Amino acid sequence: MGRNSNLIKPFIAFIRKEFYHIWRDKQTLLILFGLPIVQIIIFGFALTNEVKNSRIAILDPSKDMSTQRIIARLEASQYFDIQKDLVQPSDIEKAFRQGKIRMNISFPAGLHDQLLKTGHAEIQLITDASDPNIATTIANYASSIIMDYQKEQWALQKPPFRISTNMRMLYNPQLKGAYNFVPGVMAMILLLVCTMMTSIAIVREKERGTMEILLASPLRPFLVIIAKAVPYLVLSFINIISILLLSVYVLDLPIAGSLPLLLAESVLFTITALSLGLLISSVTSSQQVAMLISLMGMFLPTLMFSGFMFPVENMPIPLQIISNFVPAKWYFNIVKAVMIKGLGVTSVWKETLILACMTLFLLALSIRKFKIRLE
Amino acid sequence: MNKHSTYSITAESLTKRFGDFTAVDNISFTVGKGEIFGFLGANGAGKTTAMRMLCGLSSPSSGKATVGGFDVYTQTEKIKQHIGYMSQKFSLYEDLTIKENMRFYGGIYGMSIPAIRSKTEEILKTLELVKEQDRLVRTLPLGWKQKLSFSVAMFHSPQIVFLDEPTGGVDPLTRREFWEMIYQAAYEGTTVFVTTHYMDEAEYCNRVSIMVDGRIAAMDTPASLKRSLHADNMEGVFLQLARDAKRAAD
Repeated sequence: MGRNSNLIKPFIAFIRKEFYHIWRDKQTLLILFGLPIVQIIIFGFALTNEVKNSRIAILDPSKDMSTQRIIARLEASQYFDIQKDLVQPSDIEKAFRQGKIRMNISFPAGLHDQLLKTGHAEIQLITDASDPNIATTIANYASSIIMDYQKEQWALQKPPFRISTNMRMLYNPQLKGAYNFVPGVMAMILLLVCTMMTSIAIVREKERGTMEILLASPLRPFLVIIAKAVPYLVLSFINIISILLLSVYVLDLPIAGSLPLLLAESVLFTITALSLGLLISSVTSSQQVAMLISLMGMFLPTLMFSGFMFPVENMPIPLQIISNFVPAKWYFNIVKAVMIKGLGVTSVWKETLILACMTLFLLALSIRKFKIRLE
Repeated sequence: MNKHSTYSITAESLTKRFGDFTAVDNISFTVGKGEIFGFLGANGAGKTTAMRMLCGLSSPSSGKATVGGFDVYTQTEKIKQHIGYMSQKFSLYEDLTIKENMRFYGGIYGMSIPAIRSKTEEILKTLELVKEQDRLVRTLPLGWKQKLSFSVAMFHSPQIVFLDEPTGGVDPLTRREFWEMIYQAAYEGTTVFVTTHYMDEAEYCNRVSIMVDGRIAAMDTPASLKRSLHADNMEGVFLQLARDAKRAAD
């Protein structure tokens, strides 16, 4: 009983102190919270800017009430600029080849009649997916406009009819590289905040000589470590939330899978990053070195081997093997699977297990190193 | 703690080896309660290693030692609870205010909030820093920081306080004031274990030990040391003893 209360009070005092450090260091604070926002905005701005006023072509053989209404809606939106009225299907390929359009919308012949008779019709959206981000975004815009029309008609038509859209991504059907940057930014920010900031925070105590005082106090070494890590865990969580909010509300990138799963995986990776930071802090004794190791040893491999910038599948086999040792790669794959593909635990348990094992290993190693160093 | 013991610190054949190198070689001494014990030696003589063992920061290779009646092998947690420690390097957080530093150190020693508050007020009054309590430590002159460091090491009213070269780089007047604080602490019953390389400060100690090459070369009151070695001051005593040192200073 006494033991617990003896532990909690010092622990809270310590965490409060850490927050003072973070709060007083305005520059770092700005980087901590500004960087994720700036990165998301920079990556996302290029994307949203391009997506407005996309040039599209329409193939409308029927020109009936339904098609005219849908076309009017497309035109009224700020997203599309209808460039061409095509006459026959063979014109579609030509229009794409000329590079004049990003998307073609093909209505079936007699759409309205078909809807009245069968209650169902299909509209085809063909996009130029050489730029996958734009292709999916504009195809989503078009299908949501069509869905809006359908919803409106539901109120009027009995029995209700159903219009489905059939998307075809030309040139890059699997959409590799789409939305990769959000998981990539998440992995980088977590590494930056947790690994770099934690290692710097611990090394700073060594450099300034306050670590000696802490070790000569009744505070247990592992409590020192945990108290150092907790504030950065909290900051990272805030960062993850802000990245997710930005990507959902600013970039229109929905979270396809389960949010709790995504957050749990992020916390796991945060702990991975924290133990890396701890490990770095136990092998260095100056803040500059800690920063250099964090950047060179963590940041570059993350950029190169996580699949964020360069697809791992295209790398030579030895580099592919190396990439397996980069924790960020696994986290990146998990986030992509959960957030973008909407997969569940059953699909990412293997990656999660690998990441968890890496974390345990790093944590054990760094705590061991920390203890040795005390001698 | 053990109430029957009249000693604050006892060491018997205390030894620390790092591989082939014997940093502290078989030292034995006792420090009485409320005594100011000066621990002198050239750089590399083993002072800091000995001090670290006594503070529970490092485990001895052999020998026995107790601090405040607690064993340095098995009761380091208890030792840490009862000692104060001030290191060579200035040990307050520069980006925290005076008050926040005190609250932090009080907190990690598990003191209650009211105890922290009254102790903070007491120290601020003694040091005449009441108006400055919300100033960042970074902005204070070195002399103030040094005195504040000592007050913080004494914050949880430890039985024994270890001071590792506490007056490095401070002007003579501040050193003088600093030693007045040490005297006050000893007068109130705290045992003071202090390393220094200012020989005039050694004169202020009740007793000094002089370490050479990991061993204690001499240990007595400053007056008897001067007498037995026919030296005018502690500087002379130290030079005579350290002359034969084999270890190079680092």
